[in-house]
Amino acid sequence: MTAPVSIINATKTFVGFTALDNVCLDIAAGEFIVLLGPSGCGKTTLLSILGGFLSPTSGRVMIGGKDMTHVAPAKRPTTTMFQDYALFPHMRLKDNVGFGLRMRGVARAARDERAKALLDLVGLKESAEKKPHELSGGQRQRVALARALAVDPDVLLLDEPLGALDLQLRRQMQDELKAIQKRVGTTFVHVTHDQEEAMAIADRIAVMNRGRVEDFGPPAEIYMRPRSLFSAGFLGETNFLPGVVEALDAATAKVVTAIGDLVLPRRNFTAAEPDPGQQVTLCIRPEHFRRAGEAVRPLTPLGQARIADAAFFGTHYRCHLKPAAAGDPAGDLTIMAHMPPSAMVADGQDIVLAVNAEDVVALPTPAGRA
Amino acid sequence: MTARSLKDKEQRKAWAFVVPALVWTLAFFVTPFLFMVAMSLWTQQGGMIVQSWTLANYLAFFEKSALFKGLVNSLEITAIVTVLSVLLAYPLAWIIAERVPRRFQRLALTLAVLPFWTSYVVRSYSWLLVLSKTGVINQTLMQIGLIGQPLELASNRTATVIGFVHFFVMLLTLTIYANLVQLSPNYRRAAADLGANGLQTFWHVILPLTLPGIMTGAFLTFVLCIGDYVTPQILGGNNELVLPQIIMLQLGRRADFPMAAALSIILMLVITAAYIACARWLKIERA
Amino acid sequence: MTRKLLAALASWLYAALLFGFIFLPVVVLVLFSFQDGRLPVPPFNGFSLRWYEAVFADGKLMAALLHSFLVATVSSLVACLFGFLAAYALARYRLPGSALQRGLLIAPMTVSYLIIALGLLTVLNALGVGLSLWTVGIGHVVINLPLCFALIYSSMGAHHVNIERAARDLGAGEVKVMLLVTAPMLLPSLLAAFFLSVTFSWDEFIIAFLLSRFDVTLPVEIWSLLRSGLNPKTNAIGSLVFLVSVSVLMVLELWLFRRTRKS
Repeated sequence: MTAPVSIINATKTFVGFTALDNVCLDIAAGEFIVLLGPSGCGKTTLLSILGGFLSPTSGRVMIGGKDMTHVAPAKRPTTTMFQDYALFPHMRLKDNVGFGLRMRGVARAARDERAKALLDLVGLKESAEKKPHELSGGQRQRVALARALAVDPDVLLLDEPLGALDLQLRRQMQDELKAIQKRVGTTFVHVTHDQEEAMAIADRIAVMNRGRVEDFGPPAEIYMRPRSLFSAGFLGETNFLPGVVEALDAATAKVVTAIGDLVLPRRNFTAAEPDPGQQVTLCIRPEHFRRAGEAVRPLTPLGQARIADAAFFGTHYRCHLKPAAAGDPAGDLTIMAHMPPSAMVADGQDIVLAVNAEDVVALPTPAGRA
Repeated sequence: MTARSLKDKEQRKAWAFVVPALVWTLAFFVTPFLFMVAMSLWTQQGGMIVQSWTLANYLAFFEKSALFKGLVNSLEITAIVTVLSVLLAYPLAWIIAERVPRRFQRLALTLAVLPFWTSYVVRSYSWLLVLSKTGVINQTLMQIGLIGQPLELASNRTATVIGFVHFFVMLLTLTIYANLVQLSPNYRRAAADLGANGLQTFWHVILPLTLPGIMTGAFLTFVLCIGDYVTPQILGGNNELVLPQIIMLQLGRRADFPMAAALSIILMLVITAAYIACARWLKIERA
Repeated sequence: MTRKLLAALASWLYAALLFGFIFLPVVVLVLFSFQDGRLPVPPFNGFSLRWYEAVFADGKLMAALLHSFLVATVSSLVACLFGFLAAYALARYRLPGSALQRGLLIAPMTVSYLIIALGLLTVLNALGVGLSLWTVGIGHVVINLPLCFALIYSSMGAHHVNIERAARDLGAGEVKVMLLVTAPMLLPSLLAAFFLSVTFSWDEFIIAFLLSRFDVTLPVEIWSLLRSGLNPKTNAIGSLVFLVSVSVLMVLELWLFRRTRKS
């Protein structure tokens, strides 16, 4: 089963601290949603409110069209998969997985059968008689998933489920998680601070910071067209380039920066319409920089820059560049750019930078950061 | 259901869980204690308890040397026992933790506390078998001709102290050992690495780190020792009575409950004072 | 090198001496329980089981044994149950004055048994309640409740909270969480608390002495045996209790040890 989820103006304050600040989020049935943010951003608080372990100070939670704000965890069509898995240490795997059905009065034979089916789903059919301490971390994680899914929840809440696994296993498990979600069709709400994990599994990502949802959309949109500086910086690497909006027309805006002028499509102002004279910050991904004359699409040249250092990453060179432009009064502007592995890159080399204006996003510069 | 009523329900449940223990403690510990405090401020005259408030019992304690001497005896014996027990137990705990191979440590420790499992009353009685005039020591010494007349080993303070030390050496070996094995071996490696020799390492690193364990054990020794009636009653004879013996005397021979209550309160105040004195080393609240 | 050897020698000598001191009374006790004679002191006249026969023939001793067993088991069960419930409530819920409640619950631990016994005795006297095994049991719960509470409370780790949450999330009610999840998880410390309580109650003298009348527990019965002075029968009952305790201990040790290693 599956159900849509709406979070309406949810706010949660603890003593002297706002964990959630007026959060609104609409999740469609069957979506795989990732709440992404650094620790303390409120993502786990939001998950606890969805699961019923916390009540919001104000605001509402709707699941499947019903108000669930003050319903106890057990009575919600949600189950939670805990960060430490919270497996019952004294029960065999099939009893762990069958626990929820036992609580619903399902007879032993039926729940054993269902438990076996779910253990099969997560690839642990053979281990039904084992106890949790006999399993590896990845296996425990799967049991926790099977247990949470055994009661057929409409919404599955996952609290950093892969956080305790090592990197390689994590990448493998995230693929499995995604595959299982597709098979069962349940709405998944998954909390993580790992942006690669988020991009790998999410239908949509909600980027959270300081108790707010800063950005919400499919991974590609959030990466390519972030709607906040935080979002742009948290998901992948970005160069932040300060500038001023100088001229506007119906389709474009001209932004003046220390290393050159850029004419951007107006739709690249993702957060707010541009105003003349406005301080903006341009977000340019390192891989969007080109050397002049390198690409097929029209490029905007950004002047000469010297490579301060470069490191080889297999798919690209990661270079720190010092622009030579005189327009940089402080002289401390550093640009990070990715160069193709075929490029002959050397420290101290001078190159002419360029960028496709289509790839550049402009966001208002917050007061005090100009 | 609103958040408020959900919370109230939770609270009621929690209270229901905690109430049996609280009620039991209040009814059978706090109330009797308060009643005893009240009782200590009454007196007994001619077999009847006179319920008028007076400090007579407490004054009598300080005036009658027989009563006061009881406290002095208790304190002296307890102090000697505590110090002796720590001094004897620490090296043993150290040897078990350091010299005995790891897989035999559990066994060594179990053996070191094995006599715990004799009944408490029987333990003191066993020492009587060893120390009395016809006991093992006297008979052995006379057999080998070291003495002609049996020595008076039992029924005195020394016998009480031996009986106590026997018990508390076991207890302290246990607590100090537990403390010693918890220490990371890296402390010693670090100390040695920085140039400390064995004695310096012990004095500056190991001892300070095990001090909390020692103090907890010593406090336990103090409390159990000063409140004990059985050991001095069996081993100590009638010359130097300790406070618990005097309290029991008030009950038995004279049925003077108010006096017994007053003496008990005094005993408790002494224990409280000891607790306050070493509170900063104890971690009882967290236990 | 010689210094090291000397130190090793000294420490082994010390350990041997102290072990000798620790075992001396027990060895004497057990040895002379087999004395073929009327005095449990040297010389050892020969091996005999007559004092053990005397123990088993003594109806009062046998009754005391049973009483001790009953009082220890029942009072420990009550102490464990109440201690567990209180620990659960105080560890998992936010109750007003919880620090005060914790303090109150462990307070009896810091008071001498003599004082606890005396307090109960004065109240029972004033209320006109007769002394019996029940009153002994009440006193034993008072001394064991703080112990059980403290032990169980300290084993209720934060990592158990999520496990209980998971159970609740899957639909378990409060009682089911406690019975099916919390108690089994805490089984080692529940058992430890129970057996420690049994030990304390079994061996407790002063409360049992002051709060009982006609039916007495074993330590009190042994105490009255002591009036007859040195007597091999006392050795026999003492040795018996010792040997039984040690065997029970060994069985428990093996059983519990295996359990804790398994889970």
